[in-house]
Amino acid sequence: MIQLRELHKSYLVQGNKIPALLGIDLSIKKGEIYGIIGHSGAGKSTLIRCMNLLERPTTGEVIIDGVDLTKLDDRRLQEQRRHVGMIFQHFNLLSSATVGDNIAFPLKLAKRPKAEIKQKVDELLKLVGLEDHRDKYPAQLSGGQKQRVGIARALANDPKVLLCDEATSALDPQTTNSILALLLDINRKLGLTIVLITHEMQVIRSICDRVGVIDGGVIVEEGDVLEVFLKPKHPTTQEFVEQVADSHELREAVAHEKASGNRTIARVTFLGEQTYKPILFQTMRETGTVFSILQGTISRMKDTPYGQLVVELEGNAEQNKQAIEKLRERGLEVEVI
Amino acid sequence: MEWLELKNVDWSEIGIGTVDTLSMLGFSTLFTILIGLPLGVILFLTSRGQLLANRGFYLVASFIVNVLRSVPFIILMILLIPVTKAIVGTSLGVLGSIPPLVIGAAPFFARLVETSLREVDRGVTEAAQSMGASNWQIVWNVLLPEARSGLIAGITITTVALVSYTAMSGVIGGGGLGDLAIRYGYQRFQTDVMIVTVVILLVLVQILQSLGDRLVLKYSRK
Repeated sequence: MIQLRELHKSYLVQGNKIPALLGIDLSIKKGEIYGIIGHSGAGKSTLIRCMNLLERPTTGEVIIDGVDLTKLDDRRLQEQRRHVGMIFQHFNLLSSATVGDNIAFPLKLAKRPKAEIKQKVDELLKLVGLEDHRDKYPAQLSGGQKQRVGIARALANDPKVLLCDEATSALDPQTTNSILALLLDINRKLGLTIVLITHEMQVIRSICDRVGVIDGGVIVEEGDVLEVFLKPKHPTTQEFVEQVADSHELREAVAHEKASGNRTIARVTFLGEQTYKPILFQTMRETGTVFSILQGTISRMKDTPYGQLVVELEGNAEQNKQAIEKLRERGLEVEVI
Repeated sequence: MEWLELKNVDWSEIGIGTVDTLSMLGFSTLFTILIGLPLGVILFLTSRGQLLANRGFYLVASFIVNVLRSVPFIILMILLIPVTKAIVGTSLGVLGSIPPLVIGAAPFFARLVETSLREVDRGVTEAAQSMGASNWQIVWNVLLPEARSGLIAGITITTVALVSYTAMSGVIGGGGLGDLAIRYGYQRFQTDVMIVTVVILLVLVQILQSLGDRLVLKYSRK
């Protein structure tokens, strides 16, 4: 649905060229939720704004549903932009228009007939759960409600893609979750492709299918969220993963244990349904070894339950080896640290 | 306290003067808005970082506006006499005072428009762009409505300034209450006439200002 090819962007600041994006290649599939995570200044905001040409890339192609936006004249670009909705960190609603008029705004711009606009606005108000707020002004709404208006407005033209520019960064955790749930719901109901940028791993973990990690204007790591999350390779990715798992505590725990002699410490990863089965316990009983848990997480990534336990095996060498083999046979991933 | 008796006051002349002042004010405000609003929009759009950013154009337009604003109105009025004659055929009376009033006030109003458009959240313009709005649609559907209360405040300030300009135009035979004040109050030492005209002008300004304030409040959504 979205292809970015060799995207470069630099800004001219007082005669100096400041590079922001250094060759981004990205391919986002139809119907998926793709997350881009990065620190501030990493270029993520520039990247998402290049996807609808709010920022014009210095070189490179931005292909949305087969159309290269960089090759269009102003009028055709405006036309194409209607197929790409966008929501913003600070909502960017018209303060002088009511909720209903804000949602109607893109339809008015597209010169749709009045009756159609009214029907569409009704539908959208219902979709985002703001039926009772049609005649209020944005200043009378909470942050979460404002973002709901933003989402409804972005969906008015039935776009193929929804771009979310730090859409939850100005919201409290509870509201963030409700907005994320709404996005997920829309993604499923409408089959809409969603691209979001964030600096919060929590956001990626809750709703994204795939993730790209951006650092210094390049994508340093990319893949299925589960994959990237459980086995982060790049240091920046590891940092983000630590936001949600307490791996630094783990490192301390492991170091502490290792210091006290020759121990067998393993990281066991469960995925899917096996997460809730007593595989570890059974295996240990069969092989006659015992274990203690140093650290553990059992959680859910979008729809997939997963668990990651760091255990110390306290049997003899033979028993430990056997136990690890059995765990692997049963489909768990075991990594000896 | 002889003037308290108001024995020099010819109320029918005061009536005519008031009507003249109001018509000068009405027409000049109307034309000031018609010229100043687009001028302000253009100044804003061509300024740095905006939709039609054009440094050369902005500098020239900005310079002209500054020149017109820095000439004291009473001098501008005299300088413009030939221009006024060319436009409306006379430099006297209500008709002859309107062109200088507009030329004096429009640049001032244009600056107020530019400033209030600058107050509009850039993000909102960007959101409209992301929805495929054309520049014209952004001006008409985003910038002007979003700046509405600021623009009304600007119109109020401009109209009040025009009240004092209309009074000044009396000096070169512009008619209206200012003309009365100068001819009777100043040149013939009829203080009572002067006082009456001043009171009427004061009441006029009060009415305009409170009307403007009320509208600003009504349209403010922040």
